[in-house]
Amino acid sequence: MTGWVIGRRQVLAGAGAALAAPVLGRAQGAPIRIGEINSYTAQPAFLQPYRYGWTMAVEQVNAAGGVNGRSLETLHRDDAGKPEDAVRLAGELVNAEKVALLSGGFLSNVGLAIADYANQNRMLYVASEPLTDALVWSRGNRYTFRLRASTYMQSAMLVEEAAKLPAKRWATVAPNYEYGQSAVRWFKELLTRARPDVTFVAEQFPALGRIDAGATVQALAATNPEAIFNVTFGADLTNFVRQGLTRGLFERRRVVSLLTGEPEYLDPLQDEAPENWIVTGYPWDQVNTPEHAAFREAYRRRWNDTPRLGSVVGHDTVMAIAAMLKQTSAVETEAMVDAMAGLKFGSVFGPVEFRAIDHQSTMGAFVGRTVLKNGRGTMADWRYADGRDYLPPDDVVRALRPQS
Amino acid sequence: MENLVLQALSGLASASSLFLVAAGLTVIFGVSRIVNFAHGSFYMLGAYLAWTLVTTLPRGHLGFWGGVVAAALATGLIGLVVEVLLLRRIYRAPELFQLLATFGVVLIVQDLALLTWGAQDLLGPRAPGLRGGTEILGLRFPDYELFLIVVGPVVLGLLLLLFHRTRWGTLVRAATLDREMVGALGVNQRMLFTSVFFLGSVLAGLGGALQLPRESVNLHMDLSIITEAFVVVVVGGLGSLGGAALAALLIGELHAFGILVLPKITLVLVFLVMALVLVVRPHGLLGKAPGPAHGGAGSAEPVIGPAPRPLLWLGAAALATAVLLPLLAGDYALSVLTEFAIFVLFAASLHLIMGPGGMASFGHAAYFGLGAYGAALAAKWLAAPMLLGLAAAPFAAGLFGLLFGWFCVRLSGVYSAMLTLAFAQIAWSVAFQWVEVTGGDNGILGVWPDSWAAPKLVYYYLTLALCLGATLLLRRVIHAPFGFALRAQRDSALRAEAIGIDAFRTRWLAFALAAVMAGIAGGLFAYAKGSVFPTFLGIPRSVDALLMVLLGGVQTLSGPIIGALAYTGLQEQLVRLTDLWRLILGGIIVALVLFFPQGLAGAARARWEASRGDA
Repeated sequence: MTGWVIGRRQVLAGAGAALAAPVLGRAQGAPIRIGEINSYTAQPAFLQPYRYGWTMAVEQVNAAGGVNGRSLETLHRDDAGKPEDAVRLAGELVNAEKVALLSGGFLSNVGLAIADYANQNRMLYVASEPLTDALVWSRGNRYTFRLRASTYMQSAMLVEEAAKLPAKRWATVAPNYEYGQSAVRWFKELLTRARPDVTFVAEQFPALGRIDAGATVQALAATNPEAIFNVTFGADLTNFVRQGLTRGLFERRRVVSLLTGEPEYLDPLQDEAPENWIVTGYPWDQVNTPEHAAFREAYRRRWNDTPRLGSVVGHDTVMAIAAMLKQTSAVETEAMVDAMAGLKFGSVFGPVEFRAIDHQSTMGAFVGRTVLKNGRGTMADWRYADGRDYLPPDDVVRALRPQS
Repeated sequence: MENLVLQALSGLASASSLFLVAAGLTVIFGVSRIVNFAHGSFYMLGAYLAWTLVTTLPRGHLGFWGGVVAAALATGLIGLVVEVLLLRRIYRAPELFQLLATFGVVLIVQDLALLTWGAQDLLGPRAPGLRGGTEILGLRFPDYELFLIVVGPVVLGLLLLLFHRTRWGTLVRAATLDREMVGALGVNQRMLFTSVFFLGSVLAGLGGALQLPRESVNLHMDLSIITEAFVVVVVGGLGSLGGAALAALLIGELHAFGILVLPKITLVLVFLVMALVLVVRPHGLLGKAPGPAHGGAGSAEPVIGPAPRPLLWLGAAALATAVLLPLLAGDYALSVLTEFAIFVLFAASLHLIMGPGGMASFGHAAYFGLGAYGAALAAKWLAAPMLLGLAAAPFAAGLFGLLFGWFCVRLSGVYSAMLTLAFAQIAWSVAFQWVEVTGGDNGILGVWPDSWAAPKLVYYYLTLALCLGATLLLRRVIHAPFGFALRAQRDSALRAEAIGIDAFRTRWLAFALAAVMAGIAGGLFAYAKGSVFPTFLGIPRSVDALLMVLLGGVQTLSGPIIGALAYTGLQEQLVRLTDLWRLILGGIIVALVLFFPQGLAGAARARWEASRGDA
């Protein structure tokens, strides 16, 4: 029974769209529809601010008259963290809702599944969050672009700082899935290249979201490293930090840590945020460039909240799409893909380019160290690391990415 | 040496926390036989309530410890409400049906917690007086962990006292052994069940609240604890408190030392332990073989007869719709219908072992996923064309079905179900970690149909033909002598053996056949999605299958079909309509459970039989 009901709805919707589309398409002012898929119920801590940033950007674009007289409209879908559901929803957005392009993605495997769908069905996919290098390199395809600085880029930013430390004995701790494994692999490879004298004495791979922090901390301490590379985040990070602090793991040891400077992960730690870790992140309260100050103020006015990194990513994804739509000759996949390759747009962090060579944007991240100020963690001595400086040379990229 | 001692202490602290949660679960199961999926939700609620209370109450010992105890009691009250309003009404439903109800509660609590406490992780204050560490053998160890190490045994002692030194405890133990007899002796079972559920929920809430100084409170706590708690309960032996303590100790210590040797073993360790224990000791470490509580002589399930005429007409009409409607449907509708067909077969395959076979499976997604991986690996490494890939799917699934089934069908009840889960998780972790072959959690991409089958309509008809054929074959199997033998050994293994039916072989072959059918569904799913991921054989997918069968009704043949359509259809529609789809889906599941305790198809049959007066 249920199947029949849905079928009928779809028939009507499909027929309606088929009848209406050619007319609406030509009409001035008909909205351009963006299909956005994300793991809203599975990862709400990161994706709520993301959605706020996204919504605000769409409102800004539309208030400024839209793109070529047409407003933007977004259809959000929740994949619940399952790549197979994301593929179904992509099909729904493309076939039933007739969206012009796809966007979104937080988990790497969801991003890859949508990217593969986009490639197969010749749809543009502007990935916002997923960090996996495979998305633009080993699994890269013509139709997929990615905004955020990848695992490789962020690892490379930290290696630059790590290489300056006197530490020679390193230990690593990372969640046991692709992101954690890749980050550790790149960190080891790049640091060994920069400092052939370092050795890695221990590695821990707790299950994502289920770290046994006490045992993990003790296992790291037992090998007595001089410095630690941390990739855990979210709840795992909190538990790791708490156990590490009471057991003295971080005393007389330097810690280099991916993403920990992002307010998403630093704020929940409150006054227990670890001090003097070298991190990538986003010091939202201290970046006072005109673009960012305006963004921060607009965000505060719209949501009565402070921005997280997710807010910036959501906002800039929309801005990138709008910039691309302004440059494209037609709202049609191939033209849009051509416009995306090499697209330059002004992000909240400054000018960013979607590289034609691998479709990775040059959006960077802030690198600095953590400090406690007024009972909460923030970043100090930070600098903006422009993404374009932390990507491998072009010939290496060509070897990593299928060329066809 | 010092390091090893501290590692052992860390293991003890984790074991203690694990035991608190598992103790509540095992007490509830022992008496009410409820597989309480919502136990993890109570644990999470305990932590959230403790956070709210501790941060609002004045700082200090009273504020903190008072808040923790109050949170545990409040969680107990929530459990009480759930028991009185929901579970009490369905104790007479078929086995495992309560699992469906508690799953509805899980979904509702997830959304309510998000709405109440927000998305961001919350950090509670540390325990007053236990903030720092103590030097042990020259190394520092947190005071709070020492406190936890003490709490576990203390709670165990108190519970043992409660169960062995009070009249109430004696009644609970009696009910654990033989519910009917306790009822016959005039004990108010309702009160007993409700009070036990209250106690179990208090323990879950206490377990969650005591995590406050250790961990951040977040929305993933429920599902991350529930499987491990179940593993502890089953490894220890269902209903055995001492067993749960022993199992928690075993798992805590193995984990603490395991990561020293193999850091990547974290994903699979608990399931390896469970598989080994259950293979060697089919009733857990300290469990006893269950008495004839369920399915004793004379309590055979309803006989499955030929379908009545109206049902045949209905089936024919549904078939005609499935064949003709897609001609008018759009591409998206086609892909949804394709999924429907796949899930109907998936649910029907599970139904074969759950209904006629009488064995529950918590890990049926393993065979679905193995089928999908079989097809995808053939496509990736052998460049096999689609039809060959589709043929590889049931082959791979069937092979593992024979292997895993050989161990699983020796066990019974929840033990057997948990062993299937253990094997499924082992298969999952291989798919997850063997990156070179399976691509790890990034999966295998580019598994698209050959060009002749690429149009959605063609692929739909291919799927429909295969799934319908396989589902009808399953139906035929149930009506064949093999199906009679299967039902005979379910209703009375002893009598079945006496008339010459090899019960073990029958169950084993049924298990393998179900795996083959799930494999077909998995292979078709892989090509429909274009990619394969470890989520295909993860716990959520196994739970989906279980829910479909239970929702439709275990005791009817059309149950899994209707259940699959209802569950997938509901989910598909709700996700598109609202962000609060979990809340609404959970609510609907709870309502369906209350109104149709025999499942949708079971209710339809009951009504049909009542109207004909031949019930």
